[in-house]
Amino acid sequence: MKSKSIKKVKVKFKLNGKELELETKPNKRLLDLLRDDLNLTGTKEGCSIGECGACTVIMNGKAVNSCLVLAGEINNSEIITIEGIAQNGNLHPLQENFLKYGAVQCGFCTPGMILSAYALLRVNPEPDEETIKEAIAGNLCRCTGYKQIIEAIKHSTKITDG
Amino acid sequence: MKEKFNVVGKPVIREDGKAKVTGQAKFADDYKFPNMIFGVMVRTKATHAIIKKIDYSEIENDKHIITIVDAKDIKGLKKTGLIRKDQPVFAFEKIVTPGDVVAMLLGEDEDKLRLLAKKVKVELEELPVLNDPEKALNEDSPLIHPEFGSNLIVHHPLRKGDIEKGFAESDFILEQTYTTPHIEHAYLEPECVIAIPLGEKGIHIIGSIQNPFTARRIVAEVINYPLNKVKIEQAELGGSFGGKDDLMCILSARAAVAALKTNRPVKIRYTREESILESYKRHPYRMHYKVGYTKDGKIKAMKIDILADGGAYCSMTPFVTWRSVVQATGPYEIENVWTDVRGVYTNNPYTGAMRGFGSPQIIFAQESLMDDIAVHLGITPDEIRRINGYRQGSITASGQRLENHEVNLLKVLDTACNETNFREKWIENEKHHNRRIPTIEFKENILKRNLILSKNEFINPDDIIKKGIGLAVSFRGSSLGAEGIDAAASYLSIQNDGSAYLLCGLAENGQGMRTAYAIIVSEILGIPVENIYYLEMTTAHIPDSGPTVASRSTIMGGGAVKNSAEILRKRFEDFLKDYWKLNENDLIVFENNEVYVKGKENLKLSFPEFANLAYKNGICLSSIGWYPGPKIHWEEETGHGSAYFTYVYGCQVAEVRVNIITGEVYVDRVTAVHDPGKVINLLGALGQVYGGVTQGVGYAIFEELDKHNGLPRELNFDQYIIPTSKDVGEIIPIFVEGKDEFGPWGAKSLGEPTLELTAAAINNAIRNAVGERYFNLPVNLEEVLLKRKLRPEDLKRGSL
Ligand code: FES
Ligand code: FES
Repeated sequence: MKSKSIKKVKVKFKLNGKELELETKPNKRLLDLLRDDLNLTGTKEGCSIGECGACTVIMNGKAVNSCLVLAGEINNSEIITIEGIAQNGNLHPLQENFLKYGAVQCGFCTPGMILSAYALLRVNPEPDEETIKEAIAGNLCRCTGYKQIIEAIKHSTKITDG
Repeated sequence: MKEKFNVVGKPVIREDGKAKVTGQAKFADDYKFPNMIFGVMVRTKATHAIIKKIDYSEIENDKHIITIVDAKDIKGLKKTGLIRKDQPVFAFEKIVTPGDVVAMLLGEDEDKLRLLAKKVKVELEELPVLNDPEKALNEDSPLIHPEFGSNLIVHHPLRKGDIEKGFAESDFILEQTYTTPHIEHAYLEPECVIAIPLGEKGIHIIGSIQNPFTARRIVAEVINYPLNKVKIEQAELGGSFGGKDDLMCILSARAAVAALKTNRPVKIRYTREESILESYKRHPYRMHYKVGYTKDGKIKAMKIDILADGGAYCSMTPFVTWRSVVQATGPYEIENVWTDVRGVYTNNPYTGAMRGFGSPQIIFAQESLMDDIAVHLGITPDEIRRINGYRQGSITASGQRLENHEVNLLKVLDTACNETNFREKWIENEKHHNRRIPTIEFKENILKRNLILSKNEFINPDDIIKKGIGLAVSFRGSSLGAEGIDAAASYLSIQNDGSAYLLCGLAENGQGMRTAYAIIVSEILGIPVENIYYLEMTTAHIPDSGPTVASRSTIMGGGAVKNSAEILRKRFEDFLKDYWKLNENDLIVFENNEVYVKGKENLKLSFPEFANLAYKNGICLSSIGWYPGPKIHWEEETGHGSAYFTYVYGCQVAEVRVNIITGEVYVDRVTAVHDPGKVINLLGALGQVYGGVTQGVGYAIFEELDKHNGLPRELNFDQYIIPTSKDVGEIIPIFVEGKDEFGPWGAKSLGEPTLELTAAAINNAIRNAVGERYFNLPVNLEEVLLKRKLRPEDLKRGSL
């Protein structure tokens, strides 16, 4: 790899509501930028190839696998991670319901799951069960069998937020 | 026995939940330390070879390398193992499977190290490779570990009655062979560990470690330190299912060796590919069953021969196969039984503990067999099980009388059948599977005209989709049984404001154990669950409680926690009796964060007030609880004994649809009826069922880790397919809470029973749908259509 010869670039983006400007190699994965450089370790890495969804973040309103996004692509974008969805210390309703309906076991898939659901509810505040399943089909969970996750998302519908 | 509960059995939110939904929970890879460096593994391309020389000359002066560690750096034992010491921390004599590691490169830039690892030259002398366990015991097969003189890891025989007489008394004899594949645990979090050198104080290790006490023992042996200088801390664990044991011990040892050599914190984190390559799997079994039965459906004799592929290392094979020998007949009372279970070495990935632990394989075989007997005799699957199933006082294959607990086998069976209308559906489906696959009859060559089909050329979807329903039952010994020493400890400390610290020597694996423990304390002392702080699990702060395996966390750890709370409760009652000058028959109640005397409203304190009062009166507010499992015994030569001190029972009914053109199976519904004893946390228990059944569906119809010359073909989730949110229909959990004298209020185990039954139930449902019996897991598309697996000839993708 010739990453040495790759020059750093300046990227400007909004992260969890705050404007940010930093220098990074453009070929750094967004996942590493978040976890290593910004210490936002809520975003997880489970496969590195876009199959497991543990690294899901919201980019411009859409759920994306941050292991497949390069830092060079995020200029002028808006990114939300799991650390950014609770507002002023209050859990987001999705977070509340994940707790209430037992949707969390080991918790490794949880941030990605919540963000995939978050992206869904933004465009479709009242999804039916099939739509929910579809929205999280790219998020693997080995512990829960998905049932309580689907339940939690179902009960978070009709919730819109700013 | 206590009948009314305040907290036990209710849905309680996990104590660790908030940290997990906000991204604050710290998994191993989320820890960083100043000066930390990374360790990256060096492997070879060999499957079986003698190591002649390891040549680092091309890389040793590279500026990215701080140092290199290999077997020469190990001061203590170079080979470890939980049962047999056959697994080197760094391979130095031989490579016995492709996952083997010969050295580790240390440096700050992990990516650079990964590139450099490929430049280490390992001089090898290739040896013949053994992949087929059936050939493992042949005279001319290569020995994987010549020092043991044989590839036989273990042989468990079990003999009961007179097998030949039993067959002679039978009207019919049925013989079948079943196979199951390697299965990957596929915990979402790959392995990660960090070792931090502490100078005179020893070494501190944080990692995704399932069994901290086992890891401590292994690390201490390898670096030659006393146990008290090895502190193992469990990070939040991203799933384990039995899979983060042996390998995590070895990774901890590698990290420790490197940390001591460099005097810097060392982190090892695996990619998914490395994880699947080097971690152990579920054992593939080949099972031969011969069963004799009368025309009334009474089973007279069962002869079972099982071969388990242990792979390159012993790991837990002796214990996994031991559970198989105890439970191989299924929950049926049979006079004459002859069972042999063998585990052997091969050059395949090694196999060890995985949720189910030697039971999903045998249940797949024995429950498929039971259905075939029923079909042969023209009775329904539930009937054959009623004729032979365990009842109160039944004697197991190993000669144990089932009497100290409620034997609820038939109760779970009946509940499941009633709930699903099993019999009616089963009989109805049986009528429909004799139809052949419909074929399209083209009047003329379709290519000569336009491609639009005329009406009579369409296939009626009902002819393609067949419905099926199937069931499976099991009994399962709780906890370790004669597999090992069985006891657990707990520490409970009330603070003088009424809040509490709690810790148990077993480890949270994501299953929600800590929450269950807090519920137990809350029930006894009335402290709200949210006022109980569960301490970080480290080996330095709590007595060794053995491994967190065998679904023993509730029955054993729960027992210890209950004991610690009861010690305090007794002490508090004694104090209050004196302080409030109570009579012998005054009843002190601890509930809802209050302490009061029943019927004497003036004698009442809030728990915080009480704690402060007791503290000021010099009462010790802390305790250590201990729960030793009852004695059990086992005779290895004959397979006789009381294998486990108690058992749980389950019945699952699967309803499927099978597309006979594509071979696709869709699982519409699984009704899971379990007797786990008392349910402690309803929310957690439901989660165990949903998760276990879903893993069981994967085992039934998707999952298989295939190998090419011992090298796993499916190294990531693009090829190793686990169920997604769309793959499983409804799951309906039902609990039948049987009474038991063991465990907290009779709470036993649930995690493993939920998984072990599903594949067998699905296989029976598929048979009910299409009228064909399948003998080899997974029952995937090609198995359904062709009754064989399609495999590529080499490592390329695609199939032949
Ligand atoms: S780590 Fe990005 S999808 Fe798995
Ligand atoms: S909760 Fe463990 S992977 Fe989803």
